[in-house]
Amino acid sequence: MTRLIALDALWFALAVSAVGGIVAPIAIARGRREWVAIARAAVYSNFALVTVAIAAMIFALVTHDFSISYVAQVGSRATPVFFTIISVWGALEGSILFWAWVLALYSALVVYANRNRPGNLVPYASAVLLVIALFFHVLLTGPANPFHLVSPAPPDGPGPNPLLQNHILMAVHPPLLYLGYVGMSVPFAFAVAALITGAKQDEEWIRLTRRWTLLAWGFLSAAIVAGMWWSYEVLGWGGYWAWDPVENASFIPWLTATAYLHSVMVQERRGMLKLWNVNLMVVTFVLTILGTFLTRSGIISSVHAFTQGPIGYYFLGFIALVLIGSAVLVAGSSDKLHTEGRLDAPLSRETVFLLNNLLLTAFMFTVLIGTLFPLVAEAFRGVKVSVGEPFFNRMTLPLVVALLFLMGVGPALPWRRGDWPALRRKMIPGAAVGVLLSALAAAAGARSAYGILAFALAGFAATLNIAEFVTGVRARRTAHGETVPVALARLVAGNRRRYGGYVAHMGIFVAAIGVAASSTLRSEREATLKPGEVLTLGSVNARLNDVWAREEPQRAVIGATVELLRDGQPYATMSPRMNIYPMSQQPVPTPDVRSTPVGDVYMNLMSFAQDGSTATIKIISEPLVPWIWTGGGIICLGALIAGWPARRLG
Amino acid sequence: MTALPPLRRARWLRLAGILLVGASLPAQQPRSADPAGRAAPALPDSVVEARTTALAGSLRCPVCQGLSIQDSPSELAQQMRALIKSQVAEGKSDAEVRGYFLSKYGEFILLEPRARGFNLLAYLLPAAILALGGVIVALNVRRWTRPSGGAGAQTGGSSPGA
Amino acid sequence: MNWKRSAVAAAVAAPFIVLLAWGLTKDPREIPSPLPGRQAPEFALEVFIPGEGAHARNVGDTVSLAALRGKVVVLNFWASWCLECVTEHQDLSLAARQLAGKPVQFVGVLYNDVKDAGRQWVAQRGGEAYPALDDPGARAAIDYGLYGVPETFVIDPSGKIAYKHTGPIWAGLLTAKVDSILAAATPAASGPKGE
Repeated sequence: MTRLIALDALWFALAVSAVGGIVAPIAIARGRREWVAIARAAVYSNFALVTVAIAAMIFALVTHDFSISYVAQVGSRATPVFFTIISVWGALEGSILFWAWVLALYSALVVYANRNRPGNLVPYASAVLLVIALFFHVLLTGPANPFHLVSPAPPDGPGPNPLLQNHILMAVHPPLLYLGYVGMSVPFAFAVAALITGAKQDEEWIRLTRRWTLLAWGFLSAAIVAGMWWSYEVLGWGGYWAWDPVENASFIPWLTATAYLHSVMVQERRGMLKLWNVNLMVVTFVLTILGTFLTRSGIISSVHAFTQGPIGYYFLGFIALVLIGSAVLVAGSSDKLHTEGRLDAPLSRETVFLLNNLLLTAFMFTVLIGTLFPLVAEAFRGVKVSVGEPFFNRMTLPLVVALLFLMGVGPALPWRRGDWPALRRKMIPGAAVGVLLSALAAAAGARSAYGILAFALAGFAATLNIAEFVTGVRARRTAHGETVPVALARLVAGNRRRYGGYVAHMGIFVAAIGVAASSTLRSEREATLKPGEVLTLGSVNARLNDVWAREEPQRAVIGATVELLRDGQPYATMSPRMNIYPMSQQPVPTPDVRSTPVGDVYMNLMSFAQDGSTATIKIISEPLVPWIWTGGGIICLGALIAGWPARRLG
Repeated sequence: MTALPPLRRARWLRLAGILLVGASLPAQQPRSADPAGRAAPALPDSVVEARTTALAGSLRCPVCQGLSIQDSPSELAQQMRALIKSQVAEGKSDAEVRGYFLSKYGEFILLEPRARGFNLLAYLLPAAILALGGVIVALNVRRWTRPSGGAGAQTGGSSPGA
Repeated sequence: MNWKRSAVAAAVAAPFIVLLAWGLTKDPREIPSPLPGRQAPEFALEVFIPGEGAHARNVGDTVSLAALRGKVVVLNFWASWCLECVTEHQDLSLAARQLAGKPVQFVGVLYNDVKDAGRQWVAQRGGEAYPALDDPGARAAIDYGLYGVPETFVIDPSGKIAYKHTGPIWAGLLTAKVDSILAAATPAASGPKGE
């Protein structure tokens, strides 16, 4: 019953998307205005239908309806309800269904928000969104159908992937990622619609999608940080970023989206870079689909690549359609979008944005090339090579350092024309702070050149960004006699976009310092202890109390109780564990992390004697790691400030 | 000393058994069999440790996805790290240690492709894109700031990057 | 629309699609080994399960590859926690028994496991036709460039690795490989082909 309702809903959604995405734009192009309303209705009904399908899936999961293939694949009676619900996106078919639902939601919201807007931009954009939806519905009714009948229904299932039910962050990271990824469809759809309807609307699509792009960018940023956090808390190696293809897949579109957020300001202010901005948006969207393709098709092995199947070819077909379609459309319209630029001076914020776009684009290509190079090498040399952390660090750290520098200089320069003496005056305190920070880092034991440079430039740039707030608040206090908090609030409210951007910058600096500190000042120690013995790492004294085992409904847990001592007295207890799931070969290490603002103690149970007489414990000292998550939060706050609708704050 | 309470299923016990081997490993690696027989002077522990860490960071853990032997908590990675350490302590050069793993696992074991032949593409292409983009930006900024306005522009130059 | 420019853009995008399409036909988990054709790494490991019949060795004895020159050696890496090892277990014993009259030695090497768990695993499956060796510290496994278990190596009488199999192997394939090596080695024993 549940199955049939869901399948019917998906087939109807497929039909509705085809009508709204293909028939409607053709009809509208021929002047049939009544189709504008039909297209809008198609977007709404698509949303309603996909909602029915995903609700049916959640219902089936919660009621353990193992006659439905997806439930039989990821469900299990022993799994807690919460993890059962989030397993909706835990495996391939469910994640496609969830994707389709998020896309339907965005489409319905953006169409509703622009329901009274005249012209063809919105109808065409909704057609583009429905064509994307059509692709996902083809997957859902074809190779990624989660609603196959399993007969006879098994009495129980294996449960979700252990890695995905081992931590609460798995409930957060995938939805954020989909909200970020899918959100990029909105500006893409409007960019394409603008190209189709003609050059006179080339400004409208940007104005209309500004908040949507910021929203998607904020979600994507949050998703990347949440993913880092998840891998830090769950994977047990004490790191948060390994340049794995799946991480790169989320990072690559973020780079072009970030470039777009900056370069679009140049177009709004100076009417330049129209073609470039369309390009960036199209590329960002293609990269989100490419990222999904890379992680879903199994083309490149990765942390949680889904299994191989025919779905890769469907994705490839869609990428081909989007890439070649957009290339034809953008290149074909390039004459119309061509504008001759005018700059007042080489030293200006415009120039910094051009350089920022250059670096971010080069960054994107570097990561993309590194991610795809194993494939290229295999195709041309017949040899499997690895491209991992050492390569990416070598290639991208210079770009990171240069970008940090620009993030300081950009806000310090005015639009149109800057002057050297003023810039120099602003840079001096920043340089002092940078030198101080790098000296502190070196004193703390940092020895890597990039680590020290990152401290220096983050300090430099942060000072210059803070200086913008200080100058603004000071001016308001002089002019209006306001108190500091009031002046700050009004300053930000008066130009949310600008100061929201600076807040996002600050988030990046905080995270950058966290990354620099944890990668250059990290230390670790491992030892096999008997109960009562102490392992010392720097100021951390850890005493093993005992090794224990416990059975939970869905898994067995083996853990160690370790007390942290100060002056011989315990002040904290940690219990690193191993979770053993019946359906998995390897135990899942579950590190314990004790966070303080200055750093974490990261503790892993590496192994233990079966009689409980010894345990091998690894302790990693992770300075300033919480700064990374905090920085991520500040970045999102910045996006929120910059994108918040004006009337609500006014 | 506490004995572990028995687990219900023997399978889990067996699964847990894998971890046991590792317990006796890192601490008890046999040192170089006959240090006196080798000409190379014994290296200080800190040097051995630092070189082991660097080497382990450049090799891919074969049973993980993209993690280095240094980073991976997996058992094989720990054993490989122990092997690297003993090879370094025996006086092998970095190239020799890397060569050993290369001869066993092929190029896949190197986390960074060797910068030679076709692999140079991975290094040079990003650099070339950056350089080309830099030239385009520089030329455009120069043209756009020329006082005489946009006259004489022949190429479509509204893109700063590639 | 400027169709010429469109065509150029599409032509630039096309190779990218072709590369990805080609990649889809490949299995990323399949990693070619540099070892076949090369001299097999030496090992000398202790027996902890004796095996049966022609392949049997005493528990506690050391089996070294050097001492097995002149025989085809089938070297199988396994573990009690390895799910795929279960599927190939019967086939390995079957092939070992079928080849028992020939100059062939089968050995299993336990990978990252405790001997007790290995013994129990073998006993549960009604024994194994060939001895099992212990590999402390996985030195032999690393020497053979092991990516995981099961992996099986067939070493020819001169000590060269003739074949490597990743994943569960089956009896037919194994006996065919061993027979073809023996067939090639027999004339070589009377008149060396030279190298």
